Amino acid sequence: MILVFIEIREGKVKKSSLEVLYEGKRRAGELNTEAHAVLIGHGAEGLAPEVFPYGASKVHVLENSLLAHYSASSFSLALVSLVEEIKPEIIFFPATSMGKDLAPRLAAKLGVSLATDCTSTACKDGKLEVVRPIFAGKAFATVSFKSSPQIASLRPNVFPLLEPGAEKGEVVKKEVVIPEDQVKGQVAEILREEGAELDVTEADIVISGGRGMKGPENFDLLRELTAILPHSAVGASRSAVDAEWIDHQHQVGQTGKTVTPNLYMAFGISGAIQHLAGMSSSKCIVAVNKDPEASIFKVADFGIAGDLFKVIPHLKEELKKAISE
Amino acid sequence: MNICVFVKRVPDTEAKIRIDHETNSISEEGINFILSPYDEIAVEEALRLREANGGTVTVVSVGNEEALTTLKKCLAMGADEAVLVKDETPETYDGLRTAKILARAVEKRFPDYSLLLFGKQSVGADNAQIPAMVADLLNLPQVNVVTKLEIDGNKGIAHREIEGALEKVSFSLPAVVSAQKGLNEPRYETLKGIMAAKKKEIPIVTFEDLGLKEEEVTPLLEITKLESPPQRQAGKIIEDEPEEAAKQMVKFLHEEAKII
Repeated sequence: MILVFIEIREGKVKKSSLEVLYEGKRRAGELNTEAHAVLIGHGAEGLAPEVFPYGASKVHVLENSLLAHYSASSFSLALVSLVEEIKPEIIFFPATSMGKDLAPRLAAKLGVSLATDCTSTACKDGKLEVVRPIFAGKAFATVSFKSSPQIASLRPNVFPLLEPGAEKGEVVKKEVVIPEDQVKGQVAEILREEGAELDVTEADIVISGGRGMKGPENFDLLRELTAILPHSAVGASRSAVDAEWIDHQHQVGQTGKTVTPNLYMAFGISGAIQHLAGMSSSKCIVAVNKDPEASIFKVADFGIAGDLFKVIPHLKEELKKAISE
Repeated sequence: MNICVFVKRVPDTEAKIRIDHETNSISEEGINFILSPYDEIAVEEALRLREANGGTVTVVSVGNEEALTTLKKCLAMGADEAVLVKDETPETYDGLRTAKILARAVEKRFPDYSLLLFGKQSVGADNAQIPAMVADLLNLPQVNVVTKLEIDGNKGIAHREIEGALEKVSFSLPAVVSAQKGLNEPRYETLKGIMAAKKKEIPIVTFEDLGLKEEEVTPLLEITKLESPPQRQAGKIIEDEPEEAAKQMVKFLHEEAKII
């Protein structure tokens, strides 16, 4: 059986977890087995109906008052007790902040190795085989496991999420035992900026600016574009971040985030190798840059060699028109 | 407060990665190696904590003797001591294997620590596993991807970056913390630091010294293939007037790419 960890943030099931579940269901089909989901925490049971349509034949709900807030130590203890009971062959996590924090702690407890941030999965001779980018995407490694269960985290925004089915399944509740002294570290509070923007790793469209933006105030132009385009986020190149024009959370590239949106729009970004590594897997790339020789044009599907400050106002008008149609 | 920082020697982020298909590994030819950027931030944070609270900073790396250069850099930045755990095995990409080695090194050599600092991931393997695994093996709290760290006595508060927000996490020491960009701006080595680092001996520890058995360091992941990413085809580049160019781009997004 394939077990998929479903991430709940602020009472909601994360979309990336459903992508992972759907992928788990596909692999389970090939292996003639089932995909199960596991939900942890307060109010988790009520979310089970949202999970079944994406392919879980069974939803395990782990409960304990100490699981009300996320902590890798308590969540991994809860997962171990489930894994020992139901003995999955494969465990999938979403490679989100939570998944990347939790999966290695579980793997260490089980004494098994882990493949992080995979971008494809397959079955070969009844075993799991995954592909994961290394060097932020400058190379791809195909990885197989010599320990069991086989654990992998899957990158958000990469795996297809099809229309949900109408499946229903069984909910299995389990009260897990967690010694209080084994809860290590506590999230005291979530700090969110006023009008916090969507994270670049979660956005369908990333609108990035580089050195050519000339100053922090001009990133407002990109924010205006995100206001027009649904589910979009502002990204940046390393040089814009190093110049302190925008916070490092927005940085795309080898010392920033690797993104795979449907559309990547690069404004005033020359296309340093570290940046290209972090965004070249985007489904579509467009770029505006003054220099027609800029490296960014080598990976762009459509480019404008021109002044971004003159192009953006027109782009706003045209996009508004196209969206309203 | 005694701090251990774990560092790795990695290819420069500017490096073009070439694959040696015969050995299924990254070709090191012509590549400049550096201290992994997130590890550098971890070293800087350790130095600042020592400056504020006293104690020592010990830097540990697992690797071949080439990693001595990386450790020397950390000493030049101001670390008190450095230790190399000698590992001649080529890169395995198996985070658990390294975590087991590091956890054992801590138990055997540095029982008197308050804080274990890491980069949030190495640049290259991109695993982001080892801090959490070491934390689990040593039964410690973990706070990963940290952009702010405050230590007061045996209590700590850290800001951990999550999607679009920060988690403020409170924990008690000893603990594992992994550094994200934004935590600090690492210092440059001074000439004095470089000279002092040259004089320092870096002890080399073997698996045998740490009592690690062969089965404990056998990789449990197998890399069956390494490939370069698929090359993207350059698309159309236009140099029209801004208004026309914008129209063309949106037309492309609407009609060809079918995104908008």
